[in-house]
Order: sequence, then structure tokens, then C-alpha cells
Amino acid sequence: MNAEELRALILTELARIAPEIEAANLDPQAALHAQVDLDSMDWLNFLIALHQHVGVDIPEADYARLGSLNAIHDYLWQKINTSG
Amino acid sequence: MLEFKLPSLGADMDEGTLVQWQIKPGDVVKRGDVVAVVDTSKAAIDVESWIAGTVQELLVQAGDKIPVGTVMALLAEPGEAVATTAAADAEAVKEIPAEAAKKGASKGASKKSSVNGPKPAKTTGETPTLRRKISPAARRRAEELGVKLEQLEGSGPQGAITLADVNAALAAASEKRDARPVKAAAVPDPARDRRADMRRTIAAAMARSKREIPHYYLGQSIPLDAAMTWLETCNAQRPLTERVLLAALLLKVVALAARKYPELNGFYREDRFEPGPGVHLGVAISLRGGGLIAPALHDCDSRPLGELMQGLSDLVRRARSGSLRSSEVADPTLTVTNLGEQSVAEVYGVIYPPQVALVGFGGISEQVIADKGAIRVAPVLHISLSADHRVSDGHRGALFLAHIAALLQDPARLGREAA
Repeated sequence: MNAEELRALILTELARIAPEIEAANLDPQAALHAQVDLDSMDWLNFLIALHQHVGVDIPEADYARLGSLNAIHDYLWQKINTSG
Repeated sequence: MLEFKLPSLGADMDEGTLVQWQIKPGDVVKRGDVVAVVDTSKAAIDVESWIAGTVQELLVQAGDKIPVGTVMALLAEPGEAVATTAAADAEAVKEIPAEAAKKGASKGASKKSSVNGPKPAKTTGETPTLRRKISPAARRRAEELGVKLEQLEGSGPQGAITLADVNAALAAASEKRDARPVKAAAVPDPARDRRADMRRTIAAAMARSKREIPHYYLGQSIPLDAAMTWLETCNAQRPLTERVLLAALLLKVVALAARKYPELNGFYREDRFEPGPGVHLGVAISLRGGGLIAPALHDCDSRPLGELMQGLSDLVRRARSGSLRSSEVADPTLTVTNLGEQSVAEVYGVIYPPQVALVGFGGISEQVIADKGAIRVAPVLHISLSADHRVSDGHRGALFLAHIAALLQDPARLGREAA
């Protein structure tokens, strides 16, 4: 998976949880929770979906590092590439 | 011969429209099997059978609006000979619909609503030809978009139509449309109609609650550091897919307290209180696009926390995709609403009749706590109880909240009782 595919995957899974979003209108730098109505169940399901696609574990302690779309992308990208 | 009647779909849903049969004459049905999809003002419900037998005859047709209690189908008891000959069928039709129609009529008379009694089945002996396998989410989407099922190709198991098929059909249609000048749409919007229906249903239940139930309200703030640390430790040992949310832990704790104070768990009907047959917490779930539904999570007091979390996750997913089961909408014994994630501090809810209490969770905020002569900063959760004064008193309500608070502040006990 390349970086662009990972970006597309994140948006696809987010849209599955929150079908009302328009990906083009999301600011990838800004706080995700401020732009999309996600409760804790939605958030967990989003992470489970990403985990199942890329095989990366996402401990609760790391949630603070996943504030924006870009942050989620960079976090996963780094983990994919360090785990081999 | 057994009569399969439309079971209760919740106190505020007393009629439904048959969308689709999931059985046909000759099928063997077990208790709990989904036999039909019925649309209510709130959601399409997968109606489960509460009897076992072999389907003899379907008495209601797709599109019929029927009240709860209408005989929908006839089933032969296990061991009973199934009438397969045309003659036997004809006889069954002669006798039973007359009786069924009588029942339908007496129900209909007590209501103004234009409800069709069960129709004498014209399709006796035939297999219904209009059955299409379709996922509830796909059916809902197709209805909202006005996509006709006959025009769809199913790509799912046994040709079932999936959400993706509906979306693909829509995309194909809009490509065609783009090529033509667009006409102004004057067609009614089914999604908006449903929202209006749901609003009316909620309005009726809440108005009845405030008219009939003398509410009293109690609130308490609970330091949550111990419970959150306990949960974080548990989750650190669990894989991502089995992680437990605080919401599930709170349901567990409420259920344990409800078992201890049973006068908050059950129904008020015909001027008396009926204790709930179990602790089936109604989980208030807000739907994307507006509206609210509070289906039951069964046996919250006795199921282990991990299993409860899986059940909650599944319930929320199905509530949002429109595939709840009839047993889930029928029988919550105590409703829990959680508005904390929207950062409100407190919520005092309106009891959902015929239930007798509602527990509300507000937000979690960091506060300074003076405790045993020391000061610390900790996350604090506000919890409220709205309860029916005809059934319980403030003193018992206070003990109920105190029990929840005690459990949440004693991780060793939480571990014993919740996990």
C-alpha cells in the first residue's frame, strides 16, 4: 500500500461510519472530531476497520496522536513501515 | 394449528406495515427465527417468531398495514400433519380467515386508524413470487432513493440485494440523468416522511409520559478516576477488536444496581407495577440524520462485560442500519441515555412509558475533589435518575444511585461483579 492508497482507505472507512460527510470538504489538518460527528463507538469502529485493513495495533494510549486526518495517516504510515 | 400474531413492537409502536415475508408455506420455523420484515414509524424491524412449527399459510401480504396482535400466518405444530393438498388448504382458508377477520375487526373498531384486517390469502398454496432477498440497509436506502427493487441485480448470497447494489444502481441512474435536462423533483421524499413519522412517535410517547408519570429527579457526581484506570488496564490486555468502551461499563453498573433495586426496572401497566422479567436496558441511540431509538440490550446484569460490549456494538450498528429485531424493540425494562459525549454537563430524561425510570449520563469533566482530607484532580461523571413516583420513592432512588457510585469507585468490586 502506498501513501495515497492509505489516504483513500482512511476516507473510505470514515465515510462508512459517517455516510453524511463529503470527503472533499474535510480539512485534513483540522481536528477530525470537530468536523465529523463521531461518538466513542463510531471512533472505535473506525479504528477497528483500519486495523483490519493494515494490521496495525492502535493502543488507547495513542488516541491523543490521532487528532486529524493527516495525523491518522502519518501514524499508520509510520507503523506500517516500521513493522516491516 | 398455531396462529402467528404480530408481536409487540414497543409501547409506542402499535401497528406496522409488512414489507416482506422471510418464510413461505412449507418452511420449518424455530423460535427466534426472523419470519418477516415489518416497517414501523421508527424503523424496519426483523420480526422473530415466538412459536415453532411448519408454515401452513401466510395471511397478510406485503404492503398491508396491520395492528399488533393481527394473525399473520398459520403454522402447523411440530408433529401436526401439514395440509399439503389443495382441498385441505381451501378448507383452512374458509375457516380461519373468518375468525381472524373478526379479531381484526374488533381491534380495528377500538381504533380510528384505517387498518386492514388480515386478508383472506389469495396466494394459498402458491409460493409468493415477489420475495427478493435484500439486506435491511439496502431496502431502506432503496426506499429513500425511490429505487425499485425489481430493477436491481443482487450480488449478495443467493442473489440478495446489498447496499452496494443499490448505490451502483443509483450511480448508473444518475449518469443517465446527467445526460438529460433535470426536471424539478416534485416527488415526496420518503426519508423526510420517515423523519416526520418518527418525530410524531417520539412526541406521542413523551407527551404521554409527562401527562401520566409523576417524575422525580435525582442527580449525583461521581469521581471516575478509579473506574477509568481499571478499564484502561483491562483494555491494554485486550486486542483492539475486543476493547471495551466506558459506555458499556456504565451500562453494566446500571444493570447491577437495577437488579438490586427492582422497583426501578419494569413497567407500570393498569395501575400497578410489574417488575421486569430481566434487566434489559434500553440504550438510547441517536440516528444519523436525526431521531432516536432505544432498543433493548438483553440481560445486562448477567452477561460478562466483554460480551456486553460486543452486544452493544452490534445493537448500535443494527439500529443505525435499520435491522433491529422485534424482541429488542419490544421489551426494554429501563432506559439509559448518554449525552456526555456532546459535552453537556447533565441530562434529566423523560421516562419512556410504560417503563418507570430512566438513567442519564452527562459529560465527564476534570474537577478538584476533596476526599478524606486530601485534594486531588479527577475526571467526574454526572449521573441522574428520573423515576416514577407511583412506583418508587426518592429514598430508594438515592440508594440506587449510591450503589452505582460505590461500584464505580471500587475497582476490585468492579472486577468481581462486572467482568
